[in-house]
Amino acid sequence: MSKLVATRVAFGEALAKLGEVNDKVVALNADLSGATMTNIFEKKFPGRFFNAGIAEANMTGMAVGLSEMGFIPFVSTFAIFGTGRAYEQVRNSIGYPHSNVKLAMSHSGINLGEDGGSHQAIEDIALMRVIPGMTIICPSDFIETYKAVFAAASFDGPVYIRLARMPSPVLKDMPFEIGKGNVLKDGDDLVIFTCGLMVHKALNVAERLKEDNISVAVVNLHTIKPIDKNIIKKYANNCKAIVTLEEHSVIGGLGDAVAEVLIKYGSHPIKKLGIQDKFGQSGKPEELFRHYRLDEDSILEDIKGFINSKCDRKE
Amino acid sequence: MEIKILEGKCKELRGTVLKMINKASSGHPGGSLSMMEIIIALYYQKMRINPENPYDNSRDRFVLSKGHAAPALYAVLADKGYFSKDILDTFRAFNSPLQGHPDKKKLKGVDASTGSLGQGVSIATGMALGAKILNNDVKVYTVLGDGELQEGQVWEAAMAAAHYKLDNLTVIIDNNRLQIDGSTEEVMDVGNIASKYKAFGFEVIEVEDGNDIREILEALDVEVKGKPKCIIAHTIKGKGVSFMENQVGWHGKALNDEELKMALDELGWEG
Repeated sequence: MSKLVATRVAFGEALAKLGEVNDKVVALNADLSGATMTNIFEKKFPGRFFNAGIAEANMTGMAVGLSEMGFIPFVSTFAIFGTGRAYEQVRNSIGYPHSNVKLAMSHSGINLGEDGGSHQAIEDIALMRVIPGMTIICPSDFIETYKAVFAAASFDGPVYIRLARMPSPVLKDMPFEIGKGNVLKDGDDLVIFTCGLMVHKALNVAERLKEDNISVAVVNLHTIKPIDKNIIKKYANNCKAIVTLEEHSVIGGLGDAVAEVLIKYGSHPIKKLGIQDKFGQSGKPEELFRHYRLDEDSILEDIKGFINSKCDRKE
Repeated sequence: MEIKILEGKCKELRGTVLKMINKASSGHPGGSLSMMEIIIALYYQKMRINPENPYDNSRDRFVLSKGHAAPALYAVLADKGYFSKDILDTFRAFNSPLQGHPDKKKLKGVDASTGSLGQGVSIATGMALGAKILNNDVKVYTVLGDGELQEGQVWEAAMAAAHYKLDNLTVIIDNNRLQIDGSTEEVMDVGNIASKYKAFGFEVIEVEDGNDIREILEALDVEVKGKPKCIIAHTIKGKGVSFMENQVGWHGKALNDEELKMALDELGWEG
């Protein structure tokens, strides 16, 4: 885990590569082509790159028009604007007609840091989840993002890819299939279902819990919709307690997606770790992770507290 | 096609629209009637269409940005043979492909799902942009209501259409001067529409009588190079039925059976 690369960088590089092999791919941006790294594509394919200016609603609609003409548009801006400002355009112009438009939004979550709470999308997964037919991918690292971009392009229908600003560790190369979770570590006391930048933290926390003789499974649910029900059921049955961990509000995100699967299969104790119904704020990413209890020490503490209070763990 | 035939078509399909809305007991008659000459001029004269192959890539595209005028679009598409006229009386009914607002997934011939105002014009702009990159001669037409111009997205789209020099795009404003809550001037005055579109970089053509199909056709025939075209058609809401004309109350209200009979009589329908 030596190399650190942001998932937005992976997206920018993957999109440019994709442009080489698929001439139907076009890119749209709302004055953030540097931040979303779509400027790599722009340099290579200026005739297939469109800056919509600071006008996200129209950018969303134009992408739909381009998809109607046979193109595969990738729309990028900050997640808060692409899924928030333009929510109803995404819902009615993309979701309702099931348009073949890919939303690759960067600067999601609190790792955005200094720009503050106005710019940190903590509800984007929730907003996209309630749109019927929307596929949602929150990749954990460079390799997974790269694969997700190519998978989204070959997939017919709207896809939301959630990207981050902060450089993060490059993890082990795993097979990637939309809708299929990956088991990164096996265990039987506790399972952590997670996605995005929380995946590497979950792995580290799992290592540390070994010292307490707690055997932890880590499952990377990179696709939040459609969610991998089988893997959730399997690990819920094998493990005595369930933790969900995400850099998103605990309302409507990965945690709720997991809970929805398990709600009809009896009593599974679930602890949802994430942003606890609060807005973000300015600060260094590490300071924010600590404050919102998404740093490894806090995650460890909260998991231990959960096990001690809720879980009837047999020694 | 002869003007007389086109005028006859307008009358006929006005009746079809009113019958659909009467049967559904809901719908938007006023704005469907005001744009009848616009949509007839497009589908019967101006646009390159292929009802036998509705997904033909080389077809011109039509986006009804004012999606609530769906009855006008459905009446035209059925008459053109995109689907059977038999289903027109299922408008707004459960399981009907004729949704309250156009749904391209459910109905052949509909090029874009619209209804949420301001969104259709962006889709049309994207289509025109797509045709430009493909370097083909596909033309894109979109019809907006004048009330719809209050949506900020309309001006975002105008900016983009001019910026990308989309001379294959024609934006048509059905300027009937009424919206649900009253006159557009009273509710929220958009001001001078022509000078606004000119300022955004459009070639603007005003049609004094937007319910005169000759004038609409002339405006559509004007060739513009290097910039998008905007036709402002001054129309009458509820056009063709004396008790509906210029009446704000007929924006989104169905005719009862008696009113329908009076209207059809006036339009010269028999039976």
